[in-house]
Amino acid sequence: MAGPTSHRRRTRALTLSTALGTALALALTGCSLTSSDEPKPATDATASPDAGATTGGTVTLVTHASFVLSDGLLESFTDETGIDVEVVQPGDAGALVNQLVLTKDAPLGDAVFGIDNSFASRAITEGVLAPYTARGDAAADAAGFAVEGDDDGALTAIDFGDVCLNVDTSWFAEHELAAPTSLDDLTKPEYKDLLVVPNAVTSSPGFAFLLATVGAKGAAWPEYWTALKANGLKVADGWSDAYFTDFSGGGGQGPRPVVLSYASSPPSTVPEGGTEPTTAALLDTCFRQVEYAGVLAGAQNPTGAQALIDFLLSDEVQADIPGSMYMYPVSSAVELPDEWTRFAPLAENPFEVAPAEIAANRDLWLTTWSDTVIG
Amino acid sequence: MTSTRATSVASTRRVPRGGAPLGVPGGPSGHSPSGHGSSSRGAGRGGRLGRGAAWTVAVVVPLAFLVAFFAYPVAVMVGRGFVVDGHLDLSGFADVFSRPRTWRIVGQTLAQAGVATVLAVLLGVPGAYVLYRHRFAGRGVVRALVTVPFVLPTVVVGVAFRSLLVEGGPLGFLHLDGTFAAIVAALVFFNYSVVVRSVGGLWERLDPRAEQAARALGATPWRALRTVTLPALAPAIVSAASLVFLFSATAFGTVLVLGGLRFGTIETEIWVQTTQFLDLRAASVLSVVQLVVVAGALLVAGRARGRREQALTLAEPDLVVRPLRLRRRAGEPRDDGLALVRGATAVTALVVVLLALPLVNLVVRSLRVGDGWGLDHYVALSTVSGGVTVSVWQAAATSLRTAVDATVLALVVGGLVALVVSRRPRRPVARRAISGLDALFMLPLGVSAVTVGFGFLLSMHEPFGLDLDLRRSPLLVPVAQAVVAVPLVVRTVLPVLRAIDPRLREAAATLGAAPGRVLRTVDGALALRAGGLAVGFAFAASLGEFGATSFLARPDSPTLPVVIFRLIGRPGADSYGRALAASVVLAVLTATVVALCERLRRTGEGGEW
Repeated sequence: MAGPTSHRRRTRALTLSTALGTALALALTGCSLTSSDEPKPATDATASPDAGATTGGTVTLVTHASFVLSDGLLESFTDETGIDVEVVQPGDAGALVNQLVLTKDAPLGDAVFGIDNSFASRAITEGVLAPYTARGDAAADAAGFAVEGDDDGALTAIDFGDVCLNVDTSWFAEHELAAPTSLDDLTKPEYKDLLVVPNAVTSSPGFAFLLATVGAKGAAWPEYWTALKANGLKVADGWSDAYFTDFSGGGGQGPRPVVLSYASSPPSTVPEGGTEPTTAALLDTCFRQVEYAGVLAGAQNPTGAQALIDFLLSDEVQADIPGSMYMYPVSSAVELPDEWTRFAPLAENPFEVAPAEIAANRDLWLTTWSDTVIG
Repeated sequence: MTSTRATSVASTRRVPRGGAPLGVPGGPSGHSPSGHGSSSRGAGRGGRLGRGAAWTVAVVVPLAFLVAFFAYPVAVMVGRGFVVDGHLDLSGFADVFSRPRTWRIVGQTLAQAGVATVLAVLLGVPGAYVLYRHRFAGRGVVRALVTVPFVLPTVVVGVAFRSLLVEGGPLGFLHLDGTFAAIVAALVFFNYSVVVRSVGGLWERLDPRAEQAARALGATPWRALRTVTLPALAPAIVSAASLVFLFSATAFGTVLVLGGLRFGTIETEIWVQTTQFLDLRAASVLSVVQLVVVAGALLVAGRARGRREQALTLAEPDLVVRPLRLRRRAGEPRDDGLALVRGATAVTALVVVLLALPLVNLVVRSLRVGDGWGLDHYVALSTVSGGVTVSVWQAAATSLRTAVDATVLALVVGGLVALVVSRRPRRPVARRAISGLDALFMLPLGVSAVTVGFGFLLSMHEPFGLDLDLRRSPLLVPVAQAVVAVPLVVRTVLPVLRAIDPRLREAAATLGAAPGRVLRTVDGALALRAGGLAVGFAFAASLGEFGATSFLARPDSPTLPVVIFRLIGRPGADSYGRALAASVVLAVLTATVVALCERLRRTGEGGEW
């Protein structure tokens, strides 16, 4: 079998092994996550516990998937304090507190941001937080949002927003129908088949709207949902699903002109070259969501965590929050973006449900909601 | 030594091009009855010891990987639900099983996964026939296209699929939105390529002479297909079916987005119980139920596969694959199987069009700018703004790097597993151990991503008493993806390895090749050819993985699916457009990688070696 073909064979074998070898080399050198541009070794996470503001070190912030600040802000914190910030985002807002509860014995980090008022009580009673009284620029404003019963100061309010129904005003203008304004309007026959909301079980704004109806209707809230359902309510899985696929005004040209979203959503619907948004929030249908930060119990770098919470209350971060996270800062000192003051006013009297009541009834309400609406 | 190479493909060189069959297919005049090779000839005691050690390593390395990064985290998580205050508490079983909801959920899981599997196989086998047994212009593009759905993040599938089905949408008149049919359609959409690729990989090198012999003896084309070809393909079909069943039974995002909790499955229920209610007792019971369902499915698949597995004569694809012809030339006989080809082509064309619909919908929507059209959203991909800290291109680079790591890991581990599992030892105990090993490595596909993801969070802090916190290590993401990709590699490579006629190995040994050489020249050569498919598959799975990864992703280096998820979580037509454009990038990236892998496969072949 020797002869001219054996040379050809070798060349082919060589081609293949070269190709595979190249792939392997790519993996082992430039292409690998673990070798290139990885500034910190994996063991950095176990920074020594005594690392504090003076000695630098690393502080790990555990937060949900929607946390983001403008580029360079966290770096300026490092410049000021000498503390590096590592951000860990192990899932969405709904799962955050449960993850913290499960990892209580070996916390995922030093500080947490993104516990909202519907989960606040569970976080406090499960003991995942260490008390801290913040000293940042907006500390006094933040105190106004303190969780009822949080006497030790486990949670510090950072931002808030109103979860409200949004309407596609241009749709209603086109159809010569007055847009609904209240929760009760939505059970009227003229608004049949127009509303879409995210699932209360799988989406946190969806749950916030369930709380709005609890706040508005009290014990009779299941009847309200039965009426909504009879009037053609559509339940989508998550916020984006409802807003982009089912809602007519979100850019996805869906069929329904009323959707659950935020009071801060309308400014994003100002068309290019236009001056007015094409959607509006119904301010009499809102539930106020407050997002808190805290120091994790068992943190390896508690002083770093405290400094980070103060930083979240600083004017520069507070001013950045509307643009990067679509929430209102707790600070009354910083200026809101111009289009927010014009098109994204807050609700004057949002519906309220006490955090302790939410914690006590959450599972029951969700089960009842699921049985009533999903069947 | 050159001659061993020659023997391994000797039979394939003699495949006649469409002529009459040459009689019984076989290797080099089978002189050694199967199962009794003199394979240890020439190997001394030291050699035998070394061989034993090599096989031990081949078993231990993958097992250690599986235990550390799958079994252990899952056990820790499930254990949490059964241990209350330090005591084992199994009352959760009675509790969960007394809820009528549980039974409904188990039934729905089985119904959805079962129907989707049957449909995927019925549609996928003709697809494999057309796309892997025939040649036609644009075949590479179609092959890559059908793989794309497999990697699309579910948020995007929600958009691509639901905006077609929603009332007033292009397919709104079908009234499928939020129905059982929509979920099943989406599951088939995701898994069609699994069947096409795993069955096609074997079919394209199946020696056609057996079928030709049957035809020469008077069988109709349909009969020859049914009695000769399909039974030969059965192991690959069963393999593919079990993959599809596992993927469908654990589908999570798809089910939620398209059907909501009304069509909840075991997987969605575990997610709800874990992340929303923190009812670990219920979640653990459901995890066990899921494990039982999955193990049962694997057992059935293993049995079905084992009965049908046989040594097959494999041939060069170049000699087997025919040009696709839909018209009969003048003078050709009427019963030449043209009807079969036409039928399969029609089915495949229809499926490809249906698969393309949501993808086209996605592209069209990504080009929509205000009331007009344009590339604005694509231009915006390079900017860093609107809620993400990296540009889409940076995220794509991260995704590719992670996928390379995951693929290398999956190939090493999966390759070893396939090699071990392809052996057929004589002792029944060893045989059972091997089929157990096979099933074990399939489990990661059948266990909830929430259980694995939360399990990582619970167990990877100082795992096994080591002083390091792996939970925040960048290593964990490719590892988590590799755990999911390993079964894909095994299932792609294994049917080819198992189909190797043992006589080839024996012939090689008889001719004086050492065991290592036999492995390299016989198994290695054939496995490498299936390797291209496996690489593409593993890469695609890694690019699209969003289950366990979403619990681990590090924000300073988010992957593309994570960035898409963040973009689509913000209001405004611009973020929506960018999310869709980024999804198109992910789809193109996947299609390109898959196409390249197939190319690599072809350069590697070409001739005998």
